[in-house]
Amino acid sequence: MKMPTPDSGILSRRDEIIAALSGILPAESVISDADERRVYECDGLSAYRQLPMVVVLPSTTADVAAVLTYCFAEGIKVVPRGAGTSLSGGALPLVDAVMLGLGKLNRILDVDFDNRAVVSQPGVTNLAISEAVADKGFYYAPDPSSQIACSIGGNVAENAGGVHCLKYGLTTNNLLGIEVVMMDGQVVRLGGKHFDSEGYDLLGLMTGSEGLLGVVTEVTVRILKKPETARAVLVGFPSNEAAGDCVGAIIGAGIIPGGMEMMDKLATQAAEDFVHAGYPLDVESLLIIELDGPEAEVTYLIERVDAIAREAGATYSRISESEEERIIFWAGRKAAFPAIGRISPDYYCMDGTIPRTRLPEVLSRMAEMSKHYGLRVANVFHAGDGNLHPLILYDANIPGELEKTEEFGAEILKLCVDVGGVLTGEHGVGVEKRDLMEVMFTEDDLNQQQRVKCAFDPGGLLNPGKVFPTLHRCAELGRVHVHDGKTRFPELPRF
Amino acid sequence: MSETYKPDTPEQVLDALKWALAEEQTLDVLGHATKRGFGKPASGHNGLDLSSLSGISLYEPGELVMSAAAATPMSEIQATLDEQNQRLAFEPPNFGPLLESGPEAGTIGGVLACNLAGPRRISAGSARDHILGFRAVSGRGEVFKSGGRVVKNVTGFDLSKLLAGSFGTLAVMTDVTFKVLPVPEKSRTVLVRTEDQAKGVAAMRDALHSSHEVSAAAYLPADIAALSDVSYVSAGKGGLCALRVEGPGPSVEYRTGALRQLLAGYGETDELHTTNTNALWREIRDVAYFVSGGEQLWRLSVPPADGARVLQKITESICGRAFLDWGGGLIWLAITARDDAAHQEIREALDGIGGHATLIRASEDVRARVPVFQPQPQALAELSARVKDSFDPKGILCPGRMG
Repeated sequence: MKMPTPDSGILSRRDEIIAALSGILPAESVISDADERRVYECDGLSAYRQLPMVVVLPSTTADVAAVLTYCFAEGIKVVPRGAGTSLSGGALPLVDAVMLGLGKLNRILDVDFDNRAVVSQPGVTNLAISEAVADKGFYYAPDPSSQIACSIGGNVAENAGGVHCLKYGLTTNNLLGIEVVMMDGQVVRLGGKHFDSEGYDLLGLMTGSEGLLGVVTEVTVRILKKPETARAVLVGFPSNEAAGDCVGAIIGAGIIPGGMEMMDKLATQAAEDFVHAGYPLDVESLLIIELDGPEAEVTYLIERVDAIAREAGATYSRISESEEERIIFWAGRKAAFPAIGRISPDYYCMDGTIPRTRLPEVLSRMAEMSKHYGLRVANVFHAGDGNLHPLILYDANIPGELEKTEEFGAEILKLCVDVGGVLTGEHGVGVEKRDLMEVMFTEDDLNQQQRVKCAFDPGGLLNPGKVFPTLHRCAELGRVHVHDGKTRFPELPRF
Repeated sequence: MSETYKPDTPEQVLDALKWALAEEQTLDVLGHATKRGFGKPASGHNGLDLSSLSGISLYEPGELVMSAAAATPMSEIQATLDEQNQRLAFEPPNFGPLLESGPEAGTIGGVLACNLAGPRRISAGSARDHILGFRAVSGRGEVFKSGGRVVKNVTGFDLSKLLAGSFGTLAVMTDVTFKVLPVPEKSRTVLVRTEDQAKGVAAMRDALHSSHEVSAAAYLPADIAALSDVSYVSAGKGGLCALRVEGPGPSVEYRTGALRQLLAGYGETDELHTTNTNALWREIRDVAYFVSGGEQLWRLSVPPADGARVLQKITESICGRAFLDWGGGLIWLAITARDDAAHQEIREALDGIGGHATLIRASEDVRARVPVFQPQPQALAELSARVKDSFDPKGILCPGRMG
């Protein structure tokens, strides 16, 4: 992975920069020792590692602004980091950059039930927000699998999803406001506890911008009342096609389940061996479908879903009879990644989204690729919204196998785009999919995105080397090409 | 405006923009021009009429997705969705009558470009939450796209959000892709009759704090309720809080009953079935109560718990009619026409509370003078100006439209 060329001028000033940062922040908030920096050398995409030049851990918005003001003035690159759970290398350090860790901004500032909102600092975990409002029966809906560890600021940066976003939306749909420190140290507030922005929707733009536009220092999210009850049904099918048809038929019947997950045979087997959730092992494809709401609704819908599943050719069906059983049904799915980790020395998790009806075709082509590369692949799938997580099983100790895996992964993502889908559904582009962006976007598409980046960070100092395969100077991107100044009157109907 | 160009294809849109760049001409972008009265007055040299860019290009009900040319009429989109019992969940309003531009709701591109949303905003989001992707020509005269046709997508910056609510000032959208959702089996409305606005707001809060999935919550004071075409609403001769529940039949019946029980302490309760429910929420969505009267019209989005307080503060000094939607977070306020549209008093009421006030209807000269959109703090205004520059550096698109 080619990262931006390190600035030797900055590297040679490392001691001076550390001294200056130590003047801005308390000594214990500036980490320069190599062993201590090692903690920050990678995020959840551990195949890529790099020691940061120095790590700073600000405690307040003012601290963040002071660090950025200094770095802006000195032309020093900055890589923001939340909890470091990114699966796409969004928080991969740069050798010549300051790593800005937001973990000390870890307080919930305001729980406002009247406005159904929570105001939090960015380092608070996703789950802690739900826990802070649980006593009154509320929760925060987006629930990425890493919710115990991932930070809400990181969720904003990545527009995190989760198994319930089919019904309840992604981070972007549940976010009301943020405070952002710009690369030049200016503090801007977007949104609040009210709906929608006046002027351009910079809140929507910032969400999922992977730390390239600004540093989020405060987050206001919407909270919801927990559904009265939830039940899950496990349905097994003799083929992936039949399971795919079932998902289509449920949505076609006007039912939007709280969650609808699919696992293929290999993933089901691995999860069952690990968690003993009672999954059937004689089916090719397993669906977990959760219905939530009032008891009357759940009872009614679960019967309809069960009937639809039978019609679609389900050979196995089991409805959760208790809350404990529902949780067990999910435990296998939630542990699917570590379960795969038990049957293979390493695995590589992909994250494409496809139009759901193309699933059978995508799965069969993936099986062909699996044969071609000689690497096994297990599939877990947010079936309702077409977000596919193929897990490629490999062994990093076998020379060349990581490279082969990455090639296989890239083939899968190209396939996703070919059938009308996208490179990443919820994990982000980061460094991982950076060089595949041209599969989905033209040069003009990418240049326009980079021009937006220039509006926020004209020096290209904030998290460079992520998302965009080719970096252009803002001055070059800003040039307008007027066609020879030659007047060409458009041949259009005029009125 | 000297001339209006009417491209037939996205390629001709590109030609027109390249021409405008070379000739230093500015363009006002139009669909069906139903929302021309919303925002700052158009002041471009020429018009760019997109109405020929029409037609649904993709509709897959099972995938919950539709793509259409930007100027496809809303009526065509709704009729097509009706056939499959689906809808646009964000409940886009028809401001045609309100803005005196005719009975039609305009085009899908216009709805997205103005980021409109109806009463279901509180449960389903706004236009910006439903647009999945687009193709457009930027003010630089370049064709570009963003997003896609799937809901789960974090590939690159979410420029769809930025284009939603940009009033045509960043780029000319030629094709748009958006989410569609099934129409629920049943919908009902619980009415809680109370003259006391504070009680009405408290009832909305309690309803939204329950697990009964209220999809819309409004408070209509007596003078507004009296204007409703729904007899159960107007005949009560008093103010009322309206709460909509939607979903499968047994669920709606259960929740309707549970809400009536929960809120009985606030006043007499009643319920509307499907036809009346649809009629009432269409009135609220389209702000039908203020269509006639010729007043200046403001829309305020505020934290829901503060809606009633903000309204009270405003009406202490200004005479007007008003009602609340979005559980108290949206104030529709009609005031007697003034040269300054009372913009200072109205925006002062938001001090220390947050939110924004938009002048939705006023004469062209008033809209030219008064800030139609909420003025932004300097740093934010400068950032927004740089974002505009990044799409339209020569300022050829809809000059001055957003102030």
